[in-house]
Amino acid sequence: MISLDFLQQYWWFLISLLGGLLVFLLFVQGGNSLYHSLGHDEASRRMLINSTGRKWEFTFTTLVTFGGAFFASFPLFYSTSFGGAYWLWMLILLSFVLQAVSYEFQSKVGNVLGRRGYRILLVVNGFMGPFLLGVAVATFFTGSDFVVDHLRLSDISNPIVSHWGNSWHGLEALANPWNLVLGLAVFFLSRVLALQYFINNVRDDVLESRASVRLLGETALFLLCFLAFLGRLLTMNGFAVNQQNEVIEEPLKYFHNLLEQPSVLVIFLIGVALVLVGTIRTILSKTYRRGIWLSGTGTVLTVTALFLLAGWNGTCYYPSLSDPCSSLHLSNTSASTATLQVMFFVSLLIPFVLAYIFYCWRAIDRQPITREEMKKGEHLY
Amino acid sequence: MDPSLIDWSRAQFALTAMYHWLFVPLTLGLGVIMGIMETIYVVRGDEYWKRLTQFWMKIFGVNFAVGVATGLILEFEFGTNWSNYSWLVGDIFGAPLAIEGIIAFFMESTFIAVMYFGWEKVSRRFHLASTWLTTLGATISAWWILVANAWMQYPVGMTFNPDTVRNEMTSLSSFFTVAFSPMAITKFFHTVMSGWLTGAVVVVGISAWYLLRRREERFARSSMLVGSIFGLVACGLVMLTGDTSGVIVGRTQPMKLAAFEGLEDGSEHAPLTIVGDMKIPNMLTILATHQWTGFVPGINDILNGGYKLPDSTTALSAEEKMSRGTIALEALTLYRSAKNKGETEKIEDLRTRLQENLPYFGYGHIRDKHDLIPPVGLLFWSFRIMVGLGSLFCLIFCLLVFLQYRKQLTRWPLLLHVAVWCIPLVYICSQAGWICAEVGRQPWAIQDLLPINAAVSALQSSSVRVTFFIFLVIFTLLLVAELRILFNVVKKGPQIDETTSPNT
Repeated sequence: MISLDFLQQYWWFLISLLGGLLVFLLFVQGGNSLYHSLGHDEASRRMLINSTGRKWEFTFTTLVTFGGAFFASFPLFYSTSFGGAYWLWMLILLSFVLQAVSYEFQSKVGNVLGRRGYRILLVVNGFMGPFLLGVAVATFFTGSDFVVDHLRLSDISNPIVSHWGNSWHGLEALANPWNLVLGLAVFFLSRVLALQYFINNVRDDVLESRASVRLLGETALFLLCFLAFLGRLLTMNGFAVNQQNEVIEEPLKYFHNLLEQPSVLVIFLIGVALVLVGTIRTILSKTYRRGIWLSGTGTVLTVTALFLLAGWNGTCYYPSLSDPCSSLHLSNTSASTATLQVMFFVSLLIPFVLAYIFYCWRAIDRQPITREEMKKGEHLY
Repeated sequence: MDPSLIDWSRAQFALTAMYHWLFVPLTLGLGVIMGIMETIYVVRGDEYWKRLTQFWMKIFGVNFAVGVATGLILEFEFGTNWSNYSWLVGDIFGAPLAIEGIIAFFMESTFIAVMYFGWEKVSRRFHLASTWLTTLGATISAWWILVANAWMQYPVGMTFNPDTVRNEMTSLSSFFTVAFSPMAITKFFHTVMSGWLTGAVVVVGISAWYLLRRREERFARSSMLVGSIFGLVACGLVMLTGDTSGVIVGRTQPMKLAAFEGLEDGSEHAPLTIVGDMKIPNMLTILATHQWTGFVPGINDILNGGYKLPDSTTALSAEEKMSRGTIALEALTLYRSAKNKGETEKIEDLRTRLQENLPYFGYGHIRDKHDLIPPVGLLFWSFRIMVGLGSLFCLIFCLLVFLQYRKQLTRWPLLLHVAVWCIPLVYICSQAGWICAEVGRQPWAIQDLLPINAAVSALQSSSVRVTFFIFLVIFTLLLVAELRILFNVVKKGPQIDETTSPNT
């Protein structure tokens, strides 16, 4: 029998890992936001779109699985956040829905909106998706305005357990500058990753040199936003849950979390180092094309560590600003032992899933995208 | 609680589910047909079958993208619009959804990339495996979402925990009870086979259109042959699982069955209504119980109670259930209060009172017994449309297979015209089926456990109204775009070099 406490920590780790993978895969959205300015003619833009177009489903699937895993392992978060921050999540979903068809439809005859229309939708997704996801993730640290009361279930006039404290339903997150800072950090990171992905995946001298030049500016903007948010995170108060299951405010909570969990600190530092090494090597060397793998791995590790900071070590990962006692933490939001156990056994398949993704990804990307392929390829966007 | 919030939340979910269900069946059915065609290509090494497969893959790809887009919204709407539901049953419902993500979605999204971009990059056999794995991923995905849906119709394998105020799985065996409940198995096969039927009707209809215009003839005949044999098999399986479904619904959701039939008063020898006064004596009893004699309750019987249930107990009236539901809700409140105050002597009594009345927990949220009746007219006609059109497809497939065997297909242009018209009809049929399954469950989000008025999110009605119209516009736009693209693909045709034309 695996203990509930272990399963809660384990599933938070998997959620964190999925979050890390999702942010890495946002290079597709980064590519969407860049394709127009980076491509210098129609052929080059087409190469860029076909390059990310072969990966968009991974991002999409990871987003869906991220939601599904949250629903299954921490259902009170799912019900409180999605049912409360309604507009924030709806905007995120809308941007991804529009993207889902835009690749497939844009080059088809009779597509109603025309090629340009679908490409605009891709750009909208490229800007909105990463930025709003970053804002949503920032609320894991900065908090939201909600109350949870289980006893309401027996009140037949209003039996809803989770209530949002204002009528903005998630849009108020945009009024907190620190949420915006993390949103911008994720947005610029998606572009940094996209540029390195293009350098790896597309063979075109002009495109590669333009991507290399753009990479410097985007990296600077990313670092500015990321370090600002990190500074804020390590100096802000957080909410902790004590042995008596009471929620208390703790100064420098996230800083303490980093110091008290050396494994998380190591993951975080390795992650940041890998992002920097991958990016800087790509900027400095004209022949180095593998930066995306270092930066991508670094992104996964860094974001995973940030999620672990939010949820492990007795931390309220979704603080309530209006009623701190309603704040969500692992033990008051998790699914039952039996459910987490079932999913634990299912999660043992994840390495197998990752292995076949890796194998298929390599099989498709063995040959980079070229102008010639755009002329004779059989399934092109 | 604003009643319009419930209505708009239902409307939005229904809109998303119905649009999603426009695209999924074709994915399920066409995926298998593509797999069969590509298998023939790999076995025979004949490029002609590769071209054939690639043509149907074009249609698959356009359809798949919209299915994925609407599916994303559907998954998250459980949280955004039905937050109470998500909390109360997330422990059971969430697991199938997460497993669907980990096992099925990644399989689909990984191998579909190889399927489309790997023709020149991987071996034939690897490509064939990718095509089948894409379809398998879609089918496994259907399995888990239908497990979740079946659980909403027939909730099993859980226990209500008054401490956490939700339903929970208590052991690993509970999970298997949920995953392999008779309702889940039947629903999976009935729904997936209906998807196969949709795929077959579309392939046969498009092939018939080419034959009527005397173009792409070899392509059309090959596709027609694969499609019609596959369709005939699917028809048989849909009928078989439909019959089993009827028995399970009769046993677990009697109100739904009564609404399908517009049956006000039940009897031991209930007739099956065709339409109006056309009835087949005793047939409803036979279909619902698989016996010559067996009581099929009508709407009034279910509301008034007093009849014998299959387990020999007597059915309670709606008022009695509502009263016991109220007792369960009160016991829960008192239990939580006693627990908070540490009144240990009261806790056990209240827990027992709650457990005794738990089967009627959801009835405590019902205010009027007539709210327990789903929309009878809509269900009555949806059921007839589904069964009627399903029977028509069976007949068409029988004729098509027979005429192809006799090599007389083109001598029956009227049949080919009917086959073309079956394309819109199959969508009407599958939508009617979905209405039967989902509207028939009303007013319950989860049968007998949670009515929709206790399942929604605490939102302003106006917010949901706005998103409803946003989705209506987007989904309709996507549908129109998809149809126009598909019409163009079909009009352009597969452009296969038809060097031979079989004389049939």
